[in-house]
Amino acid sequence: MYKINTNLFLSFFVADVISTVEFNQTGDLLATGDKGGRVVIFQRETESKGESEELGESGEYNVYSTFQSHEPDFDYLKSLEIEEKINKIRWLPQQNAAHFLLSTNDKTIKLWKVSERDKRPEGYNLKDEEGRIKDISTVTSLRVPVLKPTDLMVEVRPRRIFANGHTYHVNSISVNSDGETYLSADDLRINMWHLDITDRSFNIVDIKPANMEDLTEVITAAEFHPHHCQLFVYSSSKGTLRLCDMRESALCDKHSKIFEEPEDPGNRSFFSEIISSVSDVKFSHSGRYLLTRDYLTVKVWDLNMEKGPVETYQVHEYLRSKLCSLYENDCIFDKFECVWNSTDSVIMTGAYNSFFRMFDRETGRGVTLEAWRENSKPRAVLRTRRVYTGGRRRRGDVGVDSLDFTKKILHMAWHPAENIIAIAATNNLYIFQDRVNAENQ
Amino acid sequence: MFSKGTKRKFSDGDEEISDESLVGARVASSYSLQRQSLLDMSLIKLQLCHMLVEPNLCRSVLIANTVRQIQEEMTHDGSWHMVTEAFCGPGQSPSERLVATEVLCRSREQDAEPKLFSVISYEGCREEEVVADETLCSVSVSDTVSNVCLAGRIGQCWEKSELSGVERDEEALEDSRLGSGEDEEIDTEDGASTESPKTTGQVFGTFEIKNSSPAPDSALEELFSDVDTSYYDLDTMLTGMQSAPKMGPYDILDSLAPSHSSPSIVSTPKCRSDLNELDHIMEIIVGS
Repeated sequence: MYKINTNLFLSFFVADVISTVEFNQTGDLLATGDKGGRVVIFQRETESKGESEELGESGEYNVYSTFQSHEPDFDYLKSLEIEEKINKIRWLPQQNAAHFLLSTNDKTIKLWKVSERDKRPEGYNLKDEEGRIKDISTVTSLRVPVLKPTDLMVEVRPRRIFANGHTYHVNSISVNSDGETYLSADDLRINMWHLDITDRSFNIVDIKPANMEDLTEVITAAEFHPHHCQLFVYSSSKGTLRLCDMRESALCDKHSKIFEEPEDPGNRSFFSEIISSVSDVKFSHSGRYLLTRDYLTVKVWDLNMEKGPVETYQVHEYLRSKLCSLYENDCIFDKFECVWNSTDSVIMTGAYNSFFRMFDRETGRGVTLEAWRENSKPRAVLRTRRVYTGGRRRRGDVGVDSLDFTKKILHMAWHPAENIIAIAATNNLYIFQDRVNAENQ
Repeated sequence: MFSKGTKRKFSDGDEEISDESLVGARVASSYSLQRQSLLDMSLIKLQLCHMLVEPNLCRSVLIANTVRQIQEEMTHDGSWHMVTEAFCGPGQSPSERLVATEVLCRSREQDAEPKLFSVISYEGCREEEVVADETLCSVSVSDTVSNVCLAGRIGQCWEKSELSGVERDEEALEDSRLGSGEDEEIDTEDGASTESPKTTGQVFGTFEIKNSSPAPDSALEELFSDVDTSYYDLDTMLTGMQSAPKMGPYDILDSLAPSHSSPSIVSTPKCRSDLNELDHIMEIIVGS
């Protein structure tokens, strides 16, 4: 049974509701985007360099940089505001000393360059220390300016702005393994961009019907395959997954493969379609599996088997009898994310009441954990929680009717190599770390 | 949405019905009632679009699909058809009804910017006033009808698949607004209003004023303030049900008559009911 112990537990308070969380490829940087359009980047401290086995104070994440990525905007044609909320952040693979990330709101994607400066030139001939121009008569000799170390400064600059590519709301961005292109998906279309070209993009999927009145299905998420640069997957509000091969045709309206689970007639209700809508899709690190999240379950799909998932895990089946209330208060439309661990052996997703769930694929068992910090215990083992659904009631069990539906864990990320997870709970960011097993299991 | 303590009785009138079928009929009517409530709730959800930010398309599509599903089931049951049949003359052909209703919903002021609430056209909803205004305003011919009946759109949606031939006519008559024609419901409301046009006109006249000055929030708050938690029984009913039980003749009346002074009147032809009911509803909305 997979256990995550948190000997190290950091929590940060962010000013606004966090809307996305993402580690970079090494896991040293963690970026969060929020509803106010700001991005906060955390960096992992590496104090004990060269002693990777040392279990010391190293490995804590501290705020590295903060910047305003998107501002509120206005669409004059439709007389509608465009929210500055950051929907997704994706890091580019690192190629030099600087780090690059893509951040997007509903309409515009931006490429940001994050670079450090820890030296500055000193000893100019024509300027003094404060930058004022010297009186030239006081200059009696020439010298070469020298680079001197200075306090670390992190500079973040926008390098590209990919605008006007989307009529509908962007829900996903995904960087291609080719390192040159990325895709952005909105409700009805998916575009492919080149990272260096901002004035045009290539439309690769378009499911907009000729008559909008015939619209019954939208795109909910999309992602490139981690290794095959021609493959990508997108999910829909009807619970289908479509794998597309860009070598087959320029416009990938026709899928290569469609993954769909036949409906269970025994569980049919008016809400069947809504709860089958896929809110997130992620390729496994191996590229062999897909992980999807719908309202009540997470499912693992094998790319070689289209007729149904290979594994299904119940996240909060006890909500099935409450669907009407959840429809009324709109909770049924909440979009939960799902993530793989580094070895694809554990999957994780969020729930309500600040709970999140982890499933061990080898044993098939799941555990419920709570993203919450007890003030008296800054470092403690994450408590296992339980929702009471019948049978013997244990101490600490939470009743279904006591669940707080405003405390939803929608966004989360898992470190690419280690057992470190970042959980966003409204304005709180929690970072849990498994110190007992610092390496992968 | 259900006000407290006004659970309606199943009136079986003159017939003698056995206990079993009585229970069955009660269950059926309860189901249809709650299905109706789900329909009403869905339609309200679709209307409460934010003015400032574009509404979530995924959510709108899912809600619209749910509405379609309910309507399909109601059609399948015959309850939808019976609802509309009850109001129009049985001799009318669908196309005639559609044409007639389209005329009703044409805006009097052609130059007025169409304040659309098109459900099916997802091109961005505009916020509309109190839900009740929609239905009732759309009935009157003489008053401003820039607002199109929301229910009409939904009805029109599923209708499209059945009456594809009629579509051509509708679209020919269409004005600049999105979507097309209406369904039988508007016609029925028109039928009701012709009985006492003057009074109806007066009633809707005040709605016109209400419509022009946007102050929806407080009115909506008032309307929804007495939501009863017993409403949550819908969960067990609707999620547990697999198929709609066969409906008896009285079930139609149950779903037809206004349940209470609730704002859930978008989809059923409330105009058929007493003007007293309308006055009552109006009082709530206007807050007098």
